[in-house]
Order: sequence, then structure tokens, then C-alpha cells
Amino acid sequence: MAHVRFDNVSKSYPGGHHALSGVNFEINQGEIAFLTGHSGAGKSTLLKLIMLMEKATQGQVLVDGVNLSRLGNSQIPYHRRRVGVVFQNHQLLFDRSVFENVALPLRISGYSSRDLERRVRAALDKVGLLKKEKQSPIELSGGEQQRIGIARAVVNKPSLILADEPTGNLDPTLSAEIMRLFEQFNDVGVSVLIASHDLPLIDRLDHRVIGLKDGRLLNERPAGGL
Amino acid sequence: MSTSRSSASSKSGARQSKVTVNSQWKAYLQHHRVTAKDSLIRLLKSPGSSIMTWLVLGIALSLPMTLFVSLENVKQLSRVWDQSSQISVYLKKGVVPRLAQGLSDEIQALPQVTSAYYISPELALKEFSAATGLSDVVEGLESNPLPGVISVVPSLASQDAKAMEKLQDQLMHFVQVESVQLDLLWVKRLYQFMELGQRMVWALALLLGLAVLLIIGNTIRLSIENRRDEILVVKLVGGTDAFVRRPFLYTGIWFGLGGGLIAWFLLSLGLYWLSGPVEQLIGLYGSEFVLSGLGVKDSLLLICDGVVLGWLGAWLAVSRHLARINP
Ligand SMILES: Nc1ncnc2c1ncn2[C@@H]1O[C@H](COP(=O)(O)OP(=O)(O)O)[C@@H](O)[C@H]1O
Ligand SMILES: [Mg+2]
Repeated sequence: MAHVRFDNVSKSYPGGHHALSGVNFEINQGEIAFLTGHSGAGKSTLLKLIMLMEKATQGQVLVDGVNLSRLGNSQIPYHRRRVGVVFQNHQLLFDRSVFENVALPLRISGYSSRDLERRVRAALDKVGLLKKEKQSPIELSGGEQQRIGIARAVVNKPSLILADEPTGNLDPTLSAEIMRLFEQFNDVGVSVLIASHDLPLIDRLDHRVIGLKDGRLLNERPAGGL
Repeated sequence: MSTSRSSASSKSGARQSKVTVNSQWKAYLQHHRVTAKDSLIRLLKSPGSSIMTWLVLGIALSLPMTLFVSLENVKQLSRVWDQSSQISVYLKKGVVPRLAQGLSDEIQALPQVTSAYYISPELALKEFSAATGLSDVVEGLESNPLPGVISVVPSLASQDAKAMEKLQDQLMHFVQVESVQLDLLWVKRLYQFMELGQRMVWALALLLGLAVLLIIGNTIRLSIENRRDEILVVKLVGGTDAFVRRPFLYTGIWFGLGGGLIAWFLLSLGLYWLSGPVEQLIGLYGSEFVLSGLGVKDSLLLICDGVVLGWLGAWLAVSRHLARINP
């Protein structure tokens, strides 16, 4: 069964703008793929549909075989807990420590403090920020902030990670490091979908690429296609 | 991330469900504790505006309670005044003074009666002409039209309406008695006023309760706006509505509790300040009266009112405004 499946999905925003039209694709369990396209092509919209931040106006989005349009409002939180998201503007909370930012999904899921500490430290260790857990995110660099966001996305051990322009504000070296992190998660079986228009970086990495243009699926480059 | 590829490709979601029910319950309680503490700390971090809100709530809560306590005291006081309520027993024509005096003594001996005093027709007429200044008219009369009257003051214990009626019946049974009249008019009026007062207190309590809801609702609305980013992130990483609501409900509870305590303090202070002069004043009328303050029950009720209103106000604000913040 595909991990994520789009069945003829269209999305138009209020006002009639068609952000996505008739999109079909599948992402398999444990696959890593890039989503590319010009600004306004519909990348963020596509990810938002998977997170249920938006609902498809037509067609079906399935995650783990579950049709998302069938989920009631009360089930949305539980769906989101199974998906880790990384945002371009990382959405960190500056009024609390790095540790607390990463711990948030676990507090929500109801982890006891001992389990929670262990998991948060493991996630911070993974992204190389274990020594900065007590600091405020505001004291850290852009690359480090993005890694806090990644730690927060993976701390609940989701089986699917979505990232929206995770390297948007970073220089090429830092961007490559961030991508390397996603590859590491993929190495242990997590499915990863990264929206990015950093074509040079994508070209260097030999992963599947899904191209979008004006809300339509444009072309596909399979993994190992270079 | 230490799980192997094979376990990851099995049914996803299973990996998160390692949280047992017991530990989840513990974590839930812990989260309540932490949230309650955090909410209080947040309020204390902006002491200026928090104290303002607390004071406003305290005043709004103490007003109806002040009136309520005053009414209770007036009620108690009116019992003391009831002593002045009288029963006039009109005697039949032709009852000779000796018999009338005997009847008066007999009535006086009743356990429900404090005193009975016979007023002869002659005395009544004298009093009438003196009081009205119609002595010419009175002198012109061929015979005295006034009956003899026994003025009865019932004892304190038989002041309630039922006992009074029973006494009235009893007095009617004496053969010499023509009619019995209760001079309860002003007592009745007082009770009517108190009834009215009680309703006004309820109406005021309702209005001020509504004001408390609005104040708390508005304060919570502002704090929701201030924490918009946090709410968005919490919702994005899977926070349920209950989780998102919790800190705001606790904020409402803290506001309500603080308001209730301030109201209680204001009221106690006011009662203490009044008790001296009031007791002195009442003392002038020769009656014993103690200004009753707030009992433990009333105090708890007042503080609970605050807490419930705080929670409710927060709940209303949260359910109105949180739905609008959607990632
Ligand atoms: N909330 C919204 N309301 C209306 N239009 C939107 C909204 N979000 C995105 N759009 C429009 O949908 C299109 C796709 O946007 P988006 O998915 O953000 O593209 P990308 O992430 O590829 O830049 C754009 O034309 C954008 O203007
Ligand atoms: Mg975008």
C-alpha cells in the first residue's frame, strides 16, 4: 500500500484560484521524494492537504490507506501526530527553550516526563543540538533553528516527514547538511517528501523528483535517474 | 530513530502507540498541574494588568454579596422590630369595665402574650378628641360611639403569621369580644420591601455576573491573540482542542479565584468597619442585635462563584475565538 496517495486531487481556494488541478501520484513506504516547481506552483498547498491544513475540493488524498476527507475534526489532531512537518519559517516558539520546543509534540501526546526527556535528547542528539537544549531558539543561527524544527518533527517518531522549503534561507553548505539529515531519517525507513525549488541541490541528490507547474503534475524524475 | 526499516514499513502509527493508558493518565494529570502553574505565572508576570482585572472582578462580585448580606441583616433586625406589632381586641357594647379588666388580665396571662392593656370607651374617646382636636364634636355626642379596646402585644416567639392567626382565633372565642384586628400593616410593608429588595439583589447579581463573564471573556480573548503563534504550532503538531483550551481555562479560573478572594476581603473589611456603629445604633433601641458577617458557607459560595464565572467566561471566549485560529 502506498504511504501517500493522491487520486485526481484538485484544490481551489476561495475566490476560485486553482492551486492544484487533477493531481495523481503515490509515495511508497520508506520512499524519499522532492517536490519542485516555481513559486506559486502549488507545492505548499499539496503538503497542506496531507496535513489537513486544507481540504481537497475534488479527488481523494489517502495516507496509510485512510481517506483524509473521512476524518472528522476530532480525528485531525491524531492524524497530525503521525506526520512530522518542517516549515520554511520553522515556526518555533521563542518564549521557551530549545528543549521545550522539541518536547511540545510529546507533551501533546501525553508522554511521561522520563520518556519525554529521553526522546527529546535523542532527537536533539540526532540534529547535533544536544548541548544547546537550555538556550532559547532566538540565540541560535538560522541553520540551527531549522534543525530544532527538524528535531521537533521527528521526536514523535512519525513514519512520514513533510518539509516545506526547509533550506529556503540557508547557504548551500547548510542546505546540504539539512538534506543529509532527511536522508538519514529515510535510511531508517521513514517516508520523506520535501518541497523545494533549490534545483542545484536537488540535482546533486539522486532522489525521485515530482515536478509541479501551475497546479499540474509536470514531469517525474525517478530515483537513480541521473 | 533506532527502528529498523522493516518495522517502519509495517503499519505506521503503531510505533507511536507505546504510550500506555496508565502513563498517559499520569501525563494528563501532570499536564494539568503544569498548565495551571504556567497560567498563574503568566498572570503574575504582568502584575499591573492582572491586579487591575482582579480588582474589577472583586468589586463586581462583592457588590451583590454586600446587598445580600445587608438584606439578611435587615431581616434579622425586622424580627426585633416585630415586637411593636400589636393586636387590637374590640369589645362588645355593654361590657362593663370590671369584666373588661378581668378579660385583659386573662389575656395577659396567655403564654403568647407579652402584655395586654385595657382602654375603656371613655379613655378612648378622650384620646380621640385630644388627638384630633374635635372636642366640640365629641362633646356634642349623645352617647360614646367607641367600644372598649384591649391592646395586646404578642410575645416574640409568636410573631410569625401562623402563630398570629392562631392567637387571633383564640381571642375571637372570648364571648365579650366583638372583633380582633392585627396591626401588622407596616410589618407587611417592610416584608414587601424586603421581597422587592431581594429581587433587585438577584437582578443586580445577574447583571454583575454577566459583567464578570464579559470582563474575563475579553481578557482571555486578548491573551488568545497574544498566543496566536503558539496555538498554531500546537494545532499543527497534533494538539487537541482540549489541549489548546486548557491554559486559557486555567487563566479564567485564576482570574475568578483572585476576584472572589478580593470580593471576600472587601466584604469582610466593610462588615468589620460597619459593625461598631451599627451595634451602637441598634443598642439605642434597647434591643440586642449582632451584625451577622459572612459565614464559612457564604464565604466559600462567594469564592466558588468567582471560580465558576472565571471558568465559564474563559470557556465562552475560547470556544468563540479558538475555532478561528486554524493552521
Ligand atoms: N490561503 C490561500 N488563499 C488563496 N490563495 C492561495 C492560498 N494559499 C495559496 N494560494 C494560491 O495558490 C497557489 C499555490 O500556492 P502555494 O501552494 O503556496 O505554492 P508554492 O508553495 O508552490 O509556492 C498560488 O497561486 C497562491 O497564490
Ligand atoms: Mg510554498
